[in-house]
Amino acid sequence: MHVPDGFLDAPTSLGTAVIAVGGVALALSRARRELDDRTAPLAGLVAVFVFAAQMLNFPVGAGTSGHLLGGTLAAVLVGPWTATLCLTVVLAVQALLFADGGISALGTNITLMALVGVWAGWLVFVGLRRLARSAGSKVVPALAGVAAFASVPLVALTFTAMYAVGGRAPIPLGDLVTAMVGWHALIGVGEGLITLLAVGSIIATRPDLVHGARGLIERRDLEIRTEVPA
Amino acid sequence: MSTTTGPQISTRRLVIAGLVISLILAGVVSLWASGNPDGLEFVAEKLGFVDTAGEHATGESPLADYGVAGVANERLSGGLAGILGVVAVAVIAFGLMFVLRKRGTRNEG
Repeated sequence: MHVPDGFLDAPTSLGTAVIAVGGVALALSRARRELDDRTAPLAGLVAVFVFAAQMLNFPVGAGTSGHLLGGTLAAVLVGPWTATLCLTVVLAVQALLFADGGISALGTNITLMALVGVWAGWLVFVGLRRLARSAGSKVVPALAGVAAFASVPLVALTFTAMYAVGGRAPIPLGDLVTAMVGWHALIGVGEGLITLLAVGSIIATRPDLVHGARGLIERRDLEIRTEVPA
Repeated sequence: MSTTTGPQISTRRLVIAGLVISLILAGVVSLWASGNPDGLEFVAEKLGFVDTAGEHATGESPLADYGVAGVANERLSGGLAGILGVVAVAVIAFGLMFVLRKRGTRNEG
């Protein structure tokens, strides 16, 4: 999903860079509320894991591959503001050291994967969690997996919208939407599975650290029993 | 309290285990990653706009395209690049998160 230099014209790249700077600046101030002595180490680990997992392209058929975006995974584990920062660090290192994703497209890639990827996944997750509130923290990995799956075609759709504004080649938009969303729905299956496994492994070992499980665990701990079990 | 009663493993152990797994993924497993174009690149090829991509501004970076310049062995080069990337992200991310965190809020057992 890393956009190279040249796909989008200069004004659009600049526009997405402005959005990225604004979003990351906001995240820098809001993430302070999510980070404390307990959660900061997990936040560092999440950034490292997302970088490593993004190197693992898996085949999705017809000569195409995909890799984890990691936005939903990060948001559920450490909170959406901190996740925005995790993804931004990963994308900056990839562009600056590894020539993965363009330099002039860094704002575009941060907007796509650190903002839309994180927040679309987080909002879907929060919506699903509301529906499954009574189920407790055990369902968090599954909900995260479904939200992660949904986030990938949403990011692809956002790229298509950017391309409609400032794509440098005249491509029929209908074809672009169909191809981008179609292929990324398939890639989303891999995203969902990896997210399910990663969130599941932290829920199994340290559920108290999982940002997305917070209300659910406290709720269970504070349960007041009105009936005495026989 | 020297031992934790609630959590099953300490944060330190969890982070060390996670870092080891990440190093293995980036340094070893990545050598078997699919070399096919990713979704965006594939669509760009099919629809004919892949050639609008310019030369990468950091294309001359010693780590460009997940290889270490000067290391002839392709597998060694790729694995080393992955490990260096993990180290770079770890230094920046752990540093940033520790600077931003609220201090003195550790309240686990």
